[in-house]
Amino acid sequence: MAVAEKEKRTFRIDIYENLCKGCSICVDYCPTNVLAMDGNLVIVKDLDACNGCQLCDNRCPDFAIQVFEE
Amino acid sequence: MSTPTEELKPLAKKKKKVPFNYEPYIRGGKLPHIWCPGCGHGIVLKSLLRAIHTTGMSKDDIAMVSGIGCSSRTPGYVDFNTLHTLHGRALAYATGLKLAKPKLKIIVTTGDGDALAIGGNHFIHACRRNMDMTILVYNNAIYGMTSGQSSPTTPQGMISTTGRYGSIEPPFDTCQLAQAAGATFVARGTAYHFQELEKIIYEAILHKGTSVVDIIDACPTYYGRFNKYKTPSEMMEKIEKEGTVSVKQAEKLTPEELQGKFLRGIIHRSERPEYCEEYNKLVATVQAKK
Repeated sequence: MAVAEKEKRTFRIDIYENLCKGCSICVDYCPTNVLAMDGNLVIVKDLDACNGCQLCDNRCPDFAIQVFEE
Repeated sequence: MSTPTEELKPLAKKKKKVPFNYEPYIRGGKLPHIWCPGCGHGIVLKSLLRAIHTTGMSKDDIAMVSGIGCSSRTPGYVDFNTLHTLHGRALAYATGLKLAKPKLKIIVTTGDGDALAIGGNHFIHACRRNMDMTILVYNNAIYGMTSGQSSPTTPQGMISTTGRYGSIEPPFDTCQLAQAAGATFVARGTAYHFQELEKIIYEAILHKGTSVVDIIDACPTYYGRFNKYKTPSEMMEKIEKEGTVSVKQAEKLTPEELQGKFLRGIIHRSERPEYCEEYNKLVATVQAKK
């Protein structure tokens, strides 16, 4: 079955280091393992895998992460 | 299914996803908040702000009242009319505020200890009067601010500072208590189910009369450490996801399966005369007699 190729959607993840407390909730709940812990801070490990589900933003207790579509 | 004769149409361009902008609702320079890493209160606050945004109310029409405790720090961060009051007395202040300014939408953010222990009396009488206000009970089953003493909602057998070998007191069920006391909207949400919580808070704000929402969230610093939960995510998974059942799911389950689980969703909704309206009616009839 022919399927029109989906346009690849790209995202930008903003992490506000002054707000992040390193609870690792976003890392644990990311369904595509985009994020990782680097000591007490969250870093973006694999941005290409991001599907823009916003779970990290919604479950972040500290207003420290946001996902923008580009 | 597409047939071979059908031509493939280019996919319609979807709207770009934009994250919710919390900035208009947060007081400038107040973040980061004082809550510990992994505390569920932040997630609840975000759901609350999204729910308020959906109602489309003006920031000036909302007043947030709180007592003392971790949860009661909430009004400090939000840009509404706010009132930070005495321990357990948030509902007393809220009642006074509503009587003085009946047009304000009152949202009370309070903790389990603040609402059910220190302010237990105010809580049942606020429910009884059915004054139009929304009471959000941030229920983390412990006194977090004062280093983790047992609260009225600490489950039996769980460890706290004042229950080193496990709490032996049976806990309160906030929803049953509120319903029995006469609240006309009773619901329960969790920080894990943030979308459901947002909808519940939205309904609670729009409801006319006392609405009580029991919100189960996690205190990783004390409750988590005492009871051997390794991470905040594990707490959310075990307490909020596995420890609760939605009202719909619960209909299919036997009482044995429901043992030890909390119901989630809108548990009770009824109509009763609202206090301020009744008060205005009384004033009108008394004045007409003179």
